[in-house]
Amino acid sequence: MLARVPFAIVGLYLFVAVFGPLLITYDPVHTPLGDRLLSPGSMTSTGDTAWLGTDGLGRDILAQIVYGARTSVVIGAATVGLSCLVGVGLGAVAGYARGWLDAVLARVFDVLLAFPAILLAIVIAGAFERSVLVVVVALSATAWISFARVTRGVALSLRERAWVDAARVMGVRGRSILGRHVLPFTAGPVIALATLEFALVVLAEAGLSFLGIGLPSSAVSWGQTIANGKGYLESAWWISTLPGLTLSVLIINIGILGDQLTARYGRGRLDDRRTKTGDPL
Amino acid sequence: MTRMIMRRLLIGVFVMWGAASLIFVIVRAAPGDPASVLLGPDASREQVARLNASLGLDRPLLVQYVGYLGDVVRLDFGESHRLARPAMGAVFERLPATLELTLAATALAVIVGLTLGLVAGGRPDGIVDRVVSATTVALQSFPTFWVGIMLILLFALGLRLLPSAGVGTPAHMVLPAVTLSLPFTAIVARLTRSSVVEAMREPYVTTARSKGLTETQVLLGHALRNSLIPVVTIVGLQMGALMGGAVIVENVFAWPGLGSLIVDAVANRDYAVVQAATLLIAGVVMVLNLVADLLYTRLDPRIRMDGGS
Repeated sequence: MLARVPFAIVGLYLFVAVFGPLLITYDPVHTPLGDRLLSPGSMTSTGDTAWLGTDGLGRDILAQIVYGARTSVVIGAATVGLSCLVGVGLGAVAGYARGWLDAVLARVFDVLLAFPAILLAIVIAGAFERSVLVVVVALSATAWISFARVTRGVALSLRERAWVDAARVMGVRGRSILGRHVLPFTAGPVIALATLEFALVVLAEAGLSFLGIGLPSSAVSWGQTIANGKGYLESAWWISTLPGLTLSVLIINIGILGDQLTARYGRGRLDDRRTKTGDPL
Repeated sequence: MTRMIMRRLLIGVFVMWGAASLIFVIVRAAPGDPASVLLGPDASREQVARLNASLGLDRPLLVQYVGYLGDVVRLDFGESHRLARPAMGAVFERLPATLELTLAATALAVIVGLTLGLVAGGRPDGIVDRVVSATTVALQSFPTFWVGIMLILLFALGLRLLPSAGVGTPAHMVLPAVTLSLPFTAIVARLTRSSVVEAMREPYVTTARSKGLTETQVLLGHALRNSLIPVVTIVGLQMGALMGGAVIVENVFAWPGLGSLIVDAVANRDYAVVQAATLLIAGVVMVLNLVADLLYTRLDPRIRMDGGS
């Protein structure tokens, strides 16, 4: 029963991200200065209760958390989706076919991993016009690597298996073997990895927004709210504290969920030690 | 050994070339030409064209690329328009502060992480082990910038024990270094725990116990030493992530290192500094990785790098 808790909590976040903005209205440009720095539970000038307080411009923190959840989930899902598509595709072909693609891919990893991931994201996101798409691309620039590596490893071990050999002998085309006899087996490890990557991406997006890079200023993001609160630490602790707490709880639970999935579908099952030889990575 | 170092250096040169090219592509793909950014919105078209010509930006892209690679080799990234001085000089000036911070964080992470891992792994599934494993999960999940702010709130504003930002005294170093070290402490602790648990099942531990050594002696004298190798490896592998973490932590604590310089440069489209700083970080990470590799071949005589794998 206890093992289901992370699942339920992550589900709750997804629910809030999807339906929360429909129930709560929030306008980042609307700044009722009379309501600035209200502590959690105070009454605003319009007679509403600011359950989690307001920020330096009188904007509601709870609403920022709800809208921030949407931003995080959208960017997280889009980045993981894009990275997964690119990484699984390239990784599967490289692991199954080996050859020049495999060699090139290994060198591309070397170059991309020369930079700390967040640094590359900062440079890419900072160079272009602020938008959600740019942030997704900037975060995907390194996120796809783990997908490619895991898929490559699985494909590498599968190409030696009897059923793949049988298909090859029967004259099935390489593309069909890849699609029907190799790719389905990558699903487990890829799902486990996607969960963990989602957490990393959400953290990285919050980091970018905290630094004021990437998202347009009209977007609501936990990182941005945390950064805004930094100037009011002495008078209004809640502005930075509460969104950070929300973010941390999400990351912890995704982490546990990802570990559970890894234990179930993990890398171990198909990762046949025999085929590890000759692995350049 | 020499062959292995030579091979690694060769790969390193290739990686630096790739890294420099990648940065070139990103900077050139960015919208807005540098001259208009430099001169501001009021500049006339002739002024922009003249500056573009003097910066060499009117030449064919391939010529620019070759010239740029030459500049990279000479560590000359041109003038920073914002700082009005050579970019590389500004970057080198900030490097010591970042190295100081990352080294302090590494030392903290290794000392605290080893201790926690050793205590937890000495008695697997005990109370201490459970507490340590729950703590490490949390430490790895917290966003560092938020942890930094929480530490400021508690130790600087609440208890008034430590300064909240800036540099000067050793006390200024405490909060940034602790903040940066926490996720790595968790990694080191988890790794030490699992390798200690593994080592405790080895025959030489049984031998040590049967000689009548106390559990502490077995742990420190026999299990710990063999657990150090994976720890050294992971510390080397984590250097890149640590430098990345420093970029964010420096911004929280107004620490005058490369990280705060880069974020300022990115925000102001000061590409000379962006290029110089990112490539310098890539170079530093590469060298530190190599050092870690060499160190662990020394620690474990079973590992011989020159024989291929």
